[in-house]
Parts: sequence; C-alpha cells; structure tokens
Amino acid sequence: MSGTFVGMPAFPEAARDAVHDTTLRGNLRHATHTIRAKRASAVAELSDWAELREAGKRIKDHTLRHLDRYLEQLEESVTAAGGTVHWATDADEANRIVAGLVKATGESEVVKVKSMATQEIGLNEALEAEGIRAYETDLAELIVQLGKDRPSHILVPAIHRNRGEIREIFAREMSEWGRPAPEGLTDTPAELAEAARRHLREKFLRAKVGVSGANFMVAETGTLVVVESEGNGRMCLTLPETLISVVGIEKVVPAWRDLEVFLQTLPRSSTAERMNPYTSTWTGTTDEDGPRTFHLVLLDNGRTDTLADEVGRQALRCIRCSACLNVCPVYERAGGHAYGSVYPGPIGAILSPQLRGTGSEIDASLPYASSLCGACYDVCPVAIDIPEVLVHLRERVVEGGRVTRAGNKVVLQPAKGHAAERAAMRAARWAFTHPGVLRTGQRLASRTRRLHPRSLPGPGRAWSGTRDLPPVPAEPFRDWWQRMRGGDGEKGAAG
Amino acid sequence: MRVALFLTCVNDTLYPDTGRAVVKLLTRLGAEVDFPVAQTCCGQAHYNTGYRHQAEPLARHFSDVFRDYEAIVTPSGSCGAMVRELYPRMGERARAEGRGDGLAAALAPVVPKTYELTEFLVDVLGVTDVGAYYPHRVTYHPTCHGLRGLGLGERPLRLLRAVRGLELAELPGAEECCGFGGTFALKNPDVSAAMGTDKVRNAESTGAEVLCAADNSCLMHIGGTMTRLRTGMRPVHIAEILASTEEEPAV
Ligand code: SF4
Repeated sequence: MSGTFVGMPAFPEAARDAVHDTTLRGNLRHATHTIRAKRASAVAELSDWAELREAGKRIKDHTLRHLDRYLEQLEESVTAAGGTVHWATDADEANRIVAGLVKATGESEVVKVKSMATQEIGLNEALEAEGIRAYETDLAELIVQLGKDRPSHILVPAIHRNRGEIREIFAREMSEWGRPAPEGLTDTPAELAEAARRHLREKFLRAKVGVSGANFMVAETGTLVVVESEGNGRMCLTLPETLISVVGIEKVVPAWRDLEVFLQTLPRSSTAERMNPYTSTWTGTTDEDGPRTFHLVLLDNGRTDTLADEVGRQALRCIRCSACLNVCPVYERAGGHAYGSVYPGPIGAILSPQLRGTGSEIDASLPYASSLCGACYDVCPVAIDIPEVLVHLRERVVEGGRVTRAGNKVVLQPAKGHAAERAAMRAARWAFTHPGVLRTGQRLASRTRRLHPRSLPGPGRAWSGTRDLPPVPAEPFRDWWQRMRGGDGEKGAAG
Repeated sequence: MRVALFLTCVNDTLYPDTGRAVVKLLTRLGAEVDFPVAQTCCGQAHYNTGYRHQAEPLARHFSDVFRDYEAIVTPSGSCGAMVRELYPRMGERARAEGRGDGLAAALAPVVPKTYELTEFLVDVLGVTDVGAYYPHRVTYHPTCHGLRGLGLGERPLRLLRAVRGLELAELPGAEECCGFGGTFALKNPDVSAAMGTDKVRNAESTGAEVLCAADNSCLMHIGGTMTRLRTGMRPVHIAEILASTEEEPAV
C-alpha cells in the first residue's frame, strides 16, 4: 500500500470527484447493492437475529467495561501457551516492535493476512523503510498493493475496481513483485483468481514470517481467531516459523463460548454467508505444528481515549463486518477513499475522528458525512447507534469540550470555520423561543414572496446548484389559522 | 378528543397547505384540533447539527406549549422522531453532564403523546379508510426518520391503499434515503444531489404523477430536484392526499 491519507481534504471535496466518476459509481453501486440484498436474506434466515445482535452488543459492552481485567487475563493465557505479548500505545510503537521482531529473525520479507489494524498503523510502509517487504495475500489487498492504491472498503478493499481494471493491474504489476501474470490473461474471474493463486503460492512457501491481525482474542484461553474466505489466511498462519499478530485491544472477548454469537453474526453481516469458509484459531505455539514463535502486539492507538467517551465508546464494539458500508447511500456515492482513512463508510466516520481526534480538516468533516438516515444502525450486528455518535461528534466539532487525548483530559476549542453557522443557530434559537419574532419573519417573507428567486447566489448555491427552492406561500399557516379561528388559538406559552 | 397540531416551523412557513389539510382531515374524523400559536420549532436542526445545548430551550418551549393536550399530532416523521426519540436522550445527556433531572422532567410529559400523523390515524383513531378520494397514480417514499426512527411501517401504505381512485405504484429502492438530511444537503451538496437524483429517477420509473411522503423537508429536496430535472412529477404530502375528497378534491 503506497497511498497515503495524510493531508486529505475535507470529505465534501474528496467526495466530489467520486460522485462524478461514472465508472466508480457503477462499480460501487453494483457491488454494494448485490451484497446488501444477500445480507438481508442471510440475516432474515435467523429467527433469533435480534437476540444475537443484543447478545453481541452486551458481550462487547461488558468486555469494554472491564477491559483492563480481560487484557491482563489474555496476556497471562497467551504467555502460558508459549506466546509473547507486547503492548503498543500508538502506531509508531507498534511498527517499531514489529520491525524489530522481523529483523531479529534475519528475514527481509513477510506474508500478510488481511488486517485492518496493520493498515491503520501503516505497517507495510514502516517495514519498507526498514528494508522489509510485506506481501499482502488477500486477493483484494493484493490488487490494492499491486495497483499502488488505497483500500476503499473494509472487507473488499478493491471494491472500487472492476474486472477489466484488475486484469490490467495484474498484467502490468505482478512481475515487479514476483511471478508474472500469465500471457494473454483475460478478465474472467477464474483466470484472475488463478493468476493470483500462482503468484501468491510462491510467497506462502518461501516466507518465514507471517503477520496477521485477529477478529477475536479469547481472554480465557489465549486463543486468537481469524475469519476469512480465501484460505490465504490459513497459509500465513500455519506455514511460517514466526507469526506476529497486531491486534486492537478492543478485539478481546472474555470466553470461548462468546464466539458462538459472533461466528454467527459476522459472516452473515459481512459476506452474507451462513459460515465463512476458513476460521483459524491458535493458542500460543504448539510443538511440531504451525509457527514455532508467536508474538502478539496489543495496539491502543487512540482506543483508550475513545473508551473514555461515554457516547463515542460504542464504536469500539465494531467487529468490522462492513455491513454499514454496504448499506450506506453516502458511501455508495462518495466511495471509500473520500473518508481519508482505512476505515471508510459510517464506521469510519465515527471511528477516525475518535482514534485520530478532530484536529485535521478531514477528521472534523467526517461526522457530517451522513444524512443520518439510520440504515447503518439498522444493520449493525452489534447495534452501534452510528447516527447518535455522529451527532455527538458534530457537537464536539462545533462546541468543543472535554475529551481524552493520549490518556490526558483536555478541553477542545470549538473548530474554526463554524462561526457563521454558530451565529445562525443562535439567532434561530432566539427567534424560535420568541414566537412573535418568528411570525414577523414569516410575514416579511410572505410579503416579499414575488421577489424570492428559485435559486440562490453565493453559499446558497450549495442548495440551489441542483435543486429549486420552494415558492414562499402568500401567508404562513398561523396567519390563516388566526384569520379562521379569530385568534382563539392563543394558548400555551406566550411569545 | 382534543388534539394539538404541531405543524413544525418548516410547514408553518413554507407549506401551509399541509397544515390546512391536517386540520381538515382530523376535523372530518371527529377530532377537535387546536393549533397553539406559541409553537415554533422542535430543535431538530440544532440538535442534529451538533448544537444540542441550543436545542434545549426549544425543547423546553415545545413542552411548555404542548404539555396540556391529550395528544400532539405532527405531519413530519423527523420532527416526531425528534420529540419521541431524542428528547429523552437530551434529558439523559443533561443528567450525565451533572445538570440533574430538570430537563428530563420538563420534557417527559410530551414524549409519549406525540404522534406522527399516520401513526395517530391508524393507532389512536383506529382508521385506515379516512374517506379520501384522489384519482391519481401515486408512489410513496418512506422517509428515513419515519421508517427507521418511528417505525411507521405499513401504516402510510395502508392509508393510501384505502384512498378511492388512487393507484399506488411501488417505488424501487424505496427505503433508501433521498439525500436531504437537513444540513447534510448543504454541507455535502454533491452527494446529497446525487442521492436526490437517484430517488427522482426511481420515482419517474414508476410512471406516477405524484410522489408522496409524510415529511415536507424531504419533499422540498425531492421536489426541488424534480423541477430542476424537469420531470413533470409533483411532490405531495400524504396529509393533502388523505384530506382530499370527492366534494373537495385536492388539485
Ligand atoms: S459498525 Fe457495525 S455494521 Fe459497521 S462494520 Fe462495525 S460491526 Fe459492522
């Protein structure tokens, strides 16, 4: 992954290009609508979906409430099973730890299982800087890596590409990284998959170090779990001599039996499968079987700060299924790159501004990248009320207030650039608490109605560039009412 | 039954016909309708844009104006959801901020008796055939806050199906947001317009003359897109359809 999210423009500008890119819109529309419909029927098959969703939410909330305890328990169980646990407060520390571990093996390449945490910290780039090459082995990640592109979806990072584009990338780039694409490669899915399989097989068989994330970590047993569809994960987790897993601290669950819930809700929500093809679990190391050495790097990187926020912490329940992306009308049109993070879509809009803070232009604009339609909340298998968190983060942007950053309580100033809006909101609040003022304004608008244009200049163009304004009526309702009822409606609070 | 019409600031100012239609409809069904003129705005725009603290006095004002009525009826799914879903949340947040139970207590009386119009008709008055006549081909867009916030479900459709002369056409992608989203329409105009265009194209594909919804804010966005795209379709609030009769047909 050579793309970078640093210095991204605010969401509306970043989204503009995608909105007007018809190929991209077509790719995204097709992909999201297909998976959306499949998910709906996979979920509808379960009569106890609502209970599973509630159970998932509770398990996660319980774990988050006692996170310190479960993480310590996890460390003990992993250590007892022969693994080594490392703690990383931020991306730099995690990258340093992993680079050091790889170097200690004397190797200069690693194979990778698709992992959000390692993308979040930019591990591939950090390893590259240390002379270590990281090979992505998930098909979609491979496409992104070969295309020197950025991921645009949690589950299907190359969702913005169609088959023709993928063929093109394989034919052009594979030889740079290893086994070239076969001559005369076409864009049929079977041929593309076969080219990837042959290209990757070499790497699986050669690699001495594997790097992964994990979907779950079981505190009770010290077991890590990776859920996947292609089998590349199984290869990376079992063939190398050394396995290094970088996992966000919120991925811990208390007990083995908790997996019962998530192994039902995750595949149905993400790929619309009843069960995913490969579920790999490992507990420390085992003699004569799998990696000899296992390192677990537990990553904070803003998670404890997020946990400190009463409303925002629910974002840490996320199991990265991507159902919220697939159902989101804004994601479908803006594409994943506009979110300026490895976490796009609705979950990205609430996670990035919490993990990274609302300081940058992109992070301060993400809470507004939603019409609050609520489709994401509806599908979320751990019931994260994404609209609630979005509104909460909007408040943080415009009003500032207390937050936790790097473990310290700080008071944020309101973001710049909202002064006019803030003044307008205050004025509206004043008018709305003085009904007489509202009425005067309405009457004035009605009296001058013939002068009102149907489109506006200046900032008003944000509305009327594409939509006409409604005509202003001859009289507001309240005047009609009082005319008809002779003013007997004057009840309630005075104006 | 004495009901208060909470028309909403948008309807009061821009869509008085919707207000007249609600009065006509509820009166026809035997309710005694009042419009407390001290009413202004529920605070939704403030709340959703991040100005919760500015929304608080508006919510208190709302409660002061409406608390003594038996029922509060609003022809807006999103303003209904604001009162029912978000007023309790505002109370909780104030409590969490160490400001006590005052706000929660002030808002509590209006929460359970606020109804969106179609809910009120079906659940409280217990009618689905309101005696309406509307001889047009109509497609129905379920707005997000009505659909997912209040869970209006089939209620609006049941009401529309009982309207004489009305031919109901199913809207493809009905449950997708139209792209209005309050300040979203201004802060993310490109995405908002793209969503609106798709909604209008879907509506056009039904061959209906009228797109109907239970919220004029969304209809303002959809209607503005319709005229800009010169579709010839019209946005009409469901209240105006339900109020229309053979004797006094809506145009
Ligand atoms: S927020 Fe919910 S729906 Fe979205 S990826 Fe996370 S778990 Fe899935």
